[in-house]
Amino acid sequence: MSAALASVAQPRIRPRKSIFRNPLVRAVISICTFLVLWELGSRMKLPWVGDVPAPTVVMKAWVPLLSDPGYWYSWYQSSRRVFTGFLAAMVIGIPFGLAMATSRVFRDITFPVFEILRPVPPLAWVPAAIIFWPTQELSIGFVIFLGAIFTIMLNVIGGARSIDLRFFQAARSMGSSNWDIFRRVVLPAVLPSIVVGCEVGIGITWNVVVAAEMISGGGGAIQSSAGGGLGFFIWSSYIGGSYPQIVVGMISIGIAGYISSAIIRWLGRVITPWARVR
Amino acid sequence: MSASSRHAKELGAAIRPSEMQINGVSKGYGDARFRTEVVRDCTFTIERSKLTVMIGPSGCGKSTLIRLLAGFEKPDRGSITLNGTPVTGPARDRLVLFQESALFPWMNTWDNTMYGPRARGEATAENRDMAEFLLNKVGLSQFRRKYPSQLSGGMQRRAELARAMINNPAVMILDEPFRGLDAMTKELMWEYYSRLFEETRRTNFFVTTDIDEAIFLADRLLIMSNIPCQVRAVLDIDIPRPRTLISMVENDRANEIKMNALSILHEEAMKSFSRGSKAAADFVDAYSKRVAKG
Repeated sequence: MSAALASVAQPRIRPRKSIFRNPLVRAVISICTFLVLWELGSRMKLPWVGDVPAPTVVMKAWVPLLSDPGYWYSWYQSSRRVFTGFLAAMVIGIPFGLAMATSRVFRDITFPVFEILRPVPPLAWVPAAIIFWPTQELSIGFVIFLGAIFTIMLNVIGGARSIDLRFFQAARSMGSSNWDIFRRVVLPAVLPSIVVGCEVGIGITWNVVVAAEMISGGGGAIQSSAGGGLGFFIWSSYIGGSYPQIVVGMISIGIAGYISSAIIRWLGRVITPWARVR
Repeated sequence: MSASSRHAKELGAAIRPSEMQINGVSKGYGDARFRTEVVRDCTFTIERSKLTVMIGPSGCGKSTLIRLLAGFEKPDRGSITLNGTPVTGPARDRLVLFQESALFPWMNTWDNTMYGPRARGEATAENRDMAEFLLNKVGLSQFRRKYPSQLSGGMQRRAELARAMINNPAVMILDEPFRGLDAMTKELMWEYYSRLFEETRRTNFFVTTDIDEAIFLADRLLIMSNIPCQVRAVLDIDIPRPRTLISMVENDRANEIKMNALSILHEEAMKSFSRGSKAAADFVDAYSKRVAKG
């Protein structure tokens, strides 16, 4: 019994904090391991991976691009398109979603159309978008907009409809008007759902950017073939048979998507400070 | 110190002695064929400047009654009046403290407390003073910038008390406010809450399922029957205030009342237990025969 007590009383000894406990170190290890396995798989001509250019080959194709203004112009083009399409989706989707959640009549009228349009994939909209919109940029922006808006709207509706009834009752008892309840109860209560919707939504916009930029057909591509946007860059590399450049384009989109989501997450934490604290 | 005692006086003076009358109230749910009457022909009074506690088996329709009192719903029959005026909808003269915290998670303690005055466009210096005073009173002035999720369960309840009291309601309605708190915190909250009541003597209506809580707090105890909800018995809890946890344990009168209340409650609980079950009904039957034999 005394032995048991002694073992309880002993403090846990941890001689030094292992470096592997740092999440950043873990992330680096994860990426390095992935690259090494990829390189090995590619060199040993393993099935499937053998046909993919090895990381070293990809790097060789990437390095000259880093000093190519066309490549960076593609980054700018794609980011601009994603940003404007996404912004339009937010500006239209959030009020629309709030209206659908708060007005029964509005929901009954708009929801069926919304539900029919929602499952249509953005890719299927590409031909229609080319026909409907006067300029190429508008067509691209429209497809990106479609990629984000449904997710944002669904999250807004879901968030608004799951607000605790007692919040309304409490606000009403304390003398709140409808407008006051909307402004000080509904809006902040929906904000976390809006953030989630935007985070998922911006990921989807990068998913559809390739489809959207196939429309562009290199239009506006100045300086070099790399200037039509990252999606178009992948497509033209494929047409041109430059496989390492395809992978460069893919990774570039991956990085761009990661950065965008991180920015949205950061903004989300700033505007919903109460959700951060525990 | 002198400023806060001035506030205490104002707080006490501003309270209108108010009385609620519940007369033959019935309320049911569902359409005509599958209608369940939750409250039937319920009549009682929430007397002025008293702490009336309602206790009844869980699921007996107490929460429905509270929604009716608050004006969130309307009774099918009967009338509810506050100082003779019929209740028509929710208003600041009858504020409800809900079962679990209904503090707005996106507002810190200060903004939650000031919600009512701001909603009515009364964010005056006087009300800010009052918020300050009330936060001090509930011991949360250090926590004014904290969000509800950063407060403990007991602190949340106290913040909610401050948020309600700043609106100076004529009647405070509390729906099992201390449910879910741990035993220690709960008992501390009983003492704290009854001190608060004794200071202001605002008319309070408190609903609970906990017999110890009920007897500790109550001036009058309403014991409710099972669905449909009706008043089964009214007990006057004539134990002098202020009460403490220890004095209540030692008090013979308190124990006598508790035994009395428990026997009524037990009968009602058994009825709800046996509702719809032949086996349970037989069990209750056999049990009561054995009790009768002694």
